[in-house]
Amino acid sequence: MKKAFLCTTALLLILVMGLSGCGGNGNTETSPSNPPASNGGTKAEGGETEPAGGEAQKVVFWTFVDAHQKFYESMAASWNESHPDKAIELEATTIPYDDMHTKLLVALQSGVGAPDLVDIEQSKFPNFMKGTPQLVSLNDMLEPELGNIVKSRVEIYSKDNTYYGIDYHVGATVMYYNKEMLDQAGINPDDIKTWADFETAGKQMLEKTGKPMITFEGNGNWSWWPAISQQGSDQVDTDGKVTVDTPVNVKTMEFFQKLVKEGVAAVAPGAGHDTEEYFGYMDSGSAASVFMPFWFMNRFTDHIPDLKGKVIIRPMPAWEEGGNRSAGMGGTATSITNQAKNPEDIKEFLAYAKLSKEGNLQIWKQLGFDPIRTDVWSDPAMKESNKFTDYFGTDIFDTLISIKDEIAPVHIREKSPEVFDAIRNKAIPEIFIDMKEPAKVLKDVQASLK
Amino acid sequence: MQIERELRHNAKRGYRLGNSQKIAPYVFVLPFLLSFAVFFAYPLVNAGVMSFQEVLPGEVSFVGLDHYRGLWNEDFGAALYNSSRYTLLTLFLLIPVPMVLAVFLNAKTMMFSNFFRSALFIPALTSVVVAGVVFRLIFGELDGALMNTILHLFGIPSQRWLYSSSLGMFALLVLAGWRWIGINILYFLSALQSIPRELYEAAEMDGAGTMRRFMRITVPLLKPITIYVVTITIYGGYAMFTESYMLWAGKPSPQNIGLTIVGYIYQQGFQYFNLGFGSAIGITLLGITLLVSVLQLTLSGMFKRED
Repeated sequence: MKKAFLCTTALLLILVMGLSGCGGNGNTETSPSNPPASNGGTKAEGGETEPAGGEAQKVVFWTFVDAHQKFYESMAASWNESHPDKAIELEATTIPYDDMHTKLLVALQSGVGAPDLVDIEQSKFPNFMKGTPQLVSLNDMLEPELGNIVKSRVEIYSKDNTYYGIDYHVGATVMYYNKEMLDQAGINPDDIKTWADFETAGKQMLEKTGKPMITFEGNGNWSWWPAISQQGSDQVDTDGKVTVDTPVNVKTMEFFQKLVKEGVAAVAPGAGHDTEEYFGYMDSGSAASVFMPFWFMNRFTDHIPDLKGKVIIRPMPAWEEGGNRSAGMGGTATSITNQAKNPEDIKEFLAYAKLSKEGNLQIWKQLGFDPIRTDVWSDPAMKESNKFTDYFGTDIFDTLISIKDEIAPVHIREKSPEVFDAIRNKAIPEIFIDMKEPAKVLKDVQASLK
Repeated sequence: MQIERELRHNAKRGYRLGNSQKIAPYVFVLPFLLSFAVFFAYPLVNAGVMSFQEVLPGEVSFVGLDHYRGLWNEDFGAALYNSSRYTLLTLFLLIPVPMVLAVFLNAKTMMFSNFFRSALFIPALTSVVVAGVVFRLIFGELDGALMNTILHLFGIPSQRWLYSSSLGMFALLVLAGWRWIGINILYFLSALQSIPRELYEAAEMDGAGTMRRFMRITVPLLKPITIYVVTITIYGGYAMFTESYMLWAGKPSPQNIGLTIVGYIYQQGFQYFNLGFGSAIGITLLGITLLVSVLQLTLSGMFKRED
């Protein structure tokens, strides 16, 4: 008996060690190149080690996108030039997406180790709004600018009328048409005003070329969400209540499923628009269009090189004449954590980088995003040659200006991460891959989320 | 004289104290005990406490058994089913196959056995993350993906490997086999080398064939190592996370076909920031694994007194 007990205890120990060892493998991996964690915790004042400026204040910044890091570094350099009295020493680090958000959660939860300034992706943001937000209110810097920016891009990062983050971009959803294929099928993209027109054009495409007009995501949210957002609907409402199975949402899904059944639409290979398989598929001209947010442009320039000069950007079809022709989708906010030593100084820098005209111009020039400050959209700088204008032509912002007032806000609430997963993971595959009845699927998902 | 003797006596006592057979073992195991206490026991106890709490930034409150009641849901059911199915199937894959391969590799007549040994072991050195990405491409749904190309050779049309429960599980098993068979071969090889050759010689003289020798000598004498491999395979199966995480590119798998219990902990704890609920799942997983292992060890006679 005693031996059995000893064996069981020993086994328990082995299991604990084995499980914790393996379980931690994927999610707590810390990259060795990650000193800011400890720096942020001890908050060493950069003053003593600073060779020239003497008073430069150290600001630790975490992001999960390399390009964002470069953007902030360049903004810090130009800030130091124009504000030598308030110089900062930016210590920026790029950490993989999941790791960074996990580390940030743990750092904020435990009260030590968080950076001063941090990028938080939209679908992760609600996690940071739980309980007492551990981020600094940005109201005093944002309120004077609310008239110049797309307001919904800060509202999604708010709780109880307090703003906690500023987005890089609007994420306006647009149609990317393969002009060459449209020409082959004799379709003029400017004649496509509504989704009904789109279906007609799609049938023509299928008849003439045998190829689908459009692709939808098979386990992602980017095909359905913009379409319901266009119609003023959403997956959760302002109060955070789940609204997955409202009639508009069901009707939209039924229409899209019909397009798939007709062959007008195909489910994207790899089931999403951001997969290696999909890039190859589009590159070989297998489908004539896709609608995705503005930030998807760099997938074309970087991963679908053969379509250079063949893709044009147009507004989405409306659901009825005069209806919205776009939707603001996706995004990443920059926030200041409550562990920042001098939040007021950091706010000034953040406003310079994200709210100023100069900063917004740089967001387009360096990152290829549609900046949240709409008055820069008509700036001549938007037509200057860069890899995006070379690929899509110089009329990108003309399209954006025409849909400026047709971008309805989305609701991101505490329940959102769970709702997004249920949509991506259950609803969309069942509807587009298993071809189940949308009304029933959405009703079931709605029920499971209550 | 007297003082000198006393000094020597004291020095001897001090020496004896440091060298005492009673204390020395504790000193040697101290590093392990300390790291165990800090990195395993403390987090375990803490997870136990957290599983009864609602943990929010700046607001922690006790919620009693709510999290454990919350476990009664479809997602946990799917995770439990997937993990158990994966564990069971890996047992069938990762015990007999490496055992037979090890016997071959151990045979004197086997050609190029060193080459095969290293070839089979190399996958174990590859990072699961890299392997996961490669396997995701191998199991792609387009006609050009490796697995589909192979199917075409037999006239079978392309499959959407990662969208159906059974094909997805198949992909996970192929990945598990590719990665772990080499390691298990190593365990079996080391055990095989301790079986005395005379036993086989004697059996051969008595007219026992190859199969009979394998079933009557090799398999029974490998029992201790087999039990060990079964035990680590069981908790390896239940602890599986990275493979499915990488195979579905870090996104939730369609209809949860690749959701494992550890994946569920990760989803709830870190993706939805329900640390309390995540802890409850973790504690439950510990209980399940313990139960399965005790059951298996009891059935295999590990706890029986050796006569």
